[in-house]
Amino acid sequence: MAFNHKHILGTEYLSREDIQLILDTAESFREINTRSIKKVPTLRGKTIINAFFENSTRTRLSFEIAGKRLSADTVNISGSTSSVTKGETLEDTARNIEAMHPDIIVIRHGHSGAPHYLAERLHCSVINAGDGAHEHPSQALLDMLTMRQHKGEIDGLKVAIVGDIAHSRVVRSNLYALNKMGADVHLAGPGTMMPSGIERLGATVHYDIRAAIKDADVVMMLRIQLERQGLTLLPTLREYARFFGLNDDVLKLAKADAIVMHPGPMNRGVEISSAVADGPQNVILGQVENGVAVRMALLYLVSGGEQAVE
Amino acid sequence: MAEQGTLILDKAGVRRALTRIAHEIIERNKGVKNVALVGIRSGGDDLAKLLARQIAAIENIEVPLGTIDITMYRDDLDSRGGKPIGKTEIPFSLDDMKIVLVDDVLFTGRTIRAAMDALMDLGRPRAIQLSVLIDRGHRELPIRPDFVGRNLPTAINEKIDVVFDGERNPLEVRLIKS
Repeated sequence: MAFNHKHILGTEYLSREDIQLILDTAESFREINTRSIKKVPTLRGKTIINAFFENSTRTRLSFEIAGKRLSADTVNISGSTSSVTKGETLEDTARNIEAMHPDIIVIRHGHSGAPHYLAERLHCSVINAGDGAHEHPSQALLDMLTMRQHKGEIDGLKVAIVGDIAHSRVVRSNLYALNKMGADVHLAGPGTMMPSGIERLGATVHYDIRAAIKDADVVMMLRIQLERQGLTLLPTLREYARFFGLNDDVLKLAKADAIVMHPGPMNRGVEISSAVADGPQNVILGQVENGVAVRMALLYLVSGGEQAVE
Repeated sequence: MAEQGTLILDKAGVRRALTRIAHEIIERNKGVKNVALVGIRSGGDDLAKLLARQIAAIENIEVPLGTIDITMYRDDLDSRGGKPIGKTEIPFSLDDMKIVLVDDVLFTGRTIRAAMDALMDLGRPRAIQLSVLIDRGHRELPIRPDFVGRNLPTAINEKIDVVFDGERNPLEVRLIKS
């Protein structure tokens, strides 16, 4: 089957078949990352601009490594060093970037919809690397690749996502994608962090971590965004850790072979105890490893590649 | 399974060609010490498996067998809109090995160039030899096979179809005129 998307703006716009194709392609790319020479010439001559107008280390690094392993030329722009700080609008920045004829722009932006805005105006492909509290598609896809590796099929899995649901773009992307793949998604978090009507996106809402985690196959903990709204919505971090933190006792409620995921970076002792973070059920570093493969797949597929479904 | 076109090789014909190639590989390399077979996906990997079986029947030695996917090494991502990606599986070290690359049809030579690039990224073989079931001509690169099942001069618009059964065993080879 063919991949017909020029842009990757969110998992909302991907079909079940698209997601399957991306995961299968990523699986093939994982092999390259284990070689001694981790480079193939697939995207030789292509220019990828990583425009990160919001802080990010691992996503930017992951996209940069993915591009370089496919032999593309990758250039990074970060918010603090770009002309945005001098008052330039996103449109002007975009036009200037386009004048340099890139093939793909990977954009992270603090405002929801910024990648869509660019996709409508630019001729090159746009990949959303996180926009505001809206979507973070590559994170959701790498989460699903990790689930598939550990659980075989995503269809029928009970996935519990716990934390600041309201401000998490990871949750939204995962909700769209997991529902399409047939997973049963349960959300838990404090009432101040649970947006009203989120059930409509296809999830069961709980205000008790124990109810959400019971018999789960996958437990995904979200980061409390200390630098943003986190602290204004909580009485204290200690209370949050007590009621919504994942520790050994709580984890026992999930299935014995449940995996623990976290999009990172972790606040140890807040949303996840150190014992769980370093425990045998965590697959957090596997998520990071899969991130490179998934991003290679996205760069390849928007460049015109496709993978036959056997 | 293709119904039209001219039959070039039937099942027995393919088997005879592979048997002969197996003997030639053994003879050229004076045995099969340090020889390994690498099939190119897809089609070449199935033939490589059969060749390995033939060599084992003749020499009583199992040669290392691998498969290589060259999609990521193709030079035509833009014009062809990409090709299916498969897995590369080479469960042995290529260093100092004599690698026999196996493909079903040799045409422009671009697939073989890509396969050689891919092999070089994985190790440093002592030599690379090329075995194909059908050489249909129209080379665009200076590449020549070492072992050929059948030389078949074709028109550029004709197509060679190597037909496999459900168990990926070759059934026949057909020339399809368009």
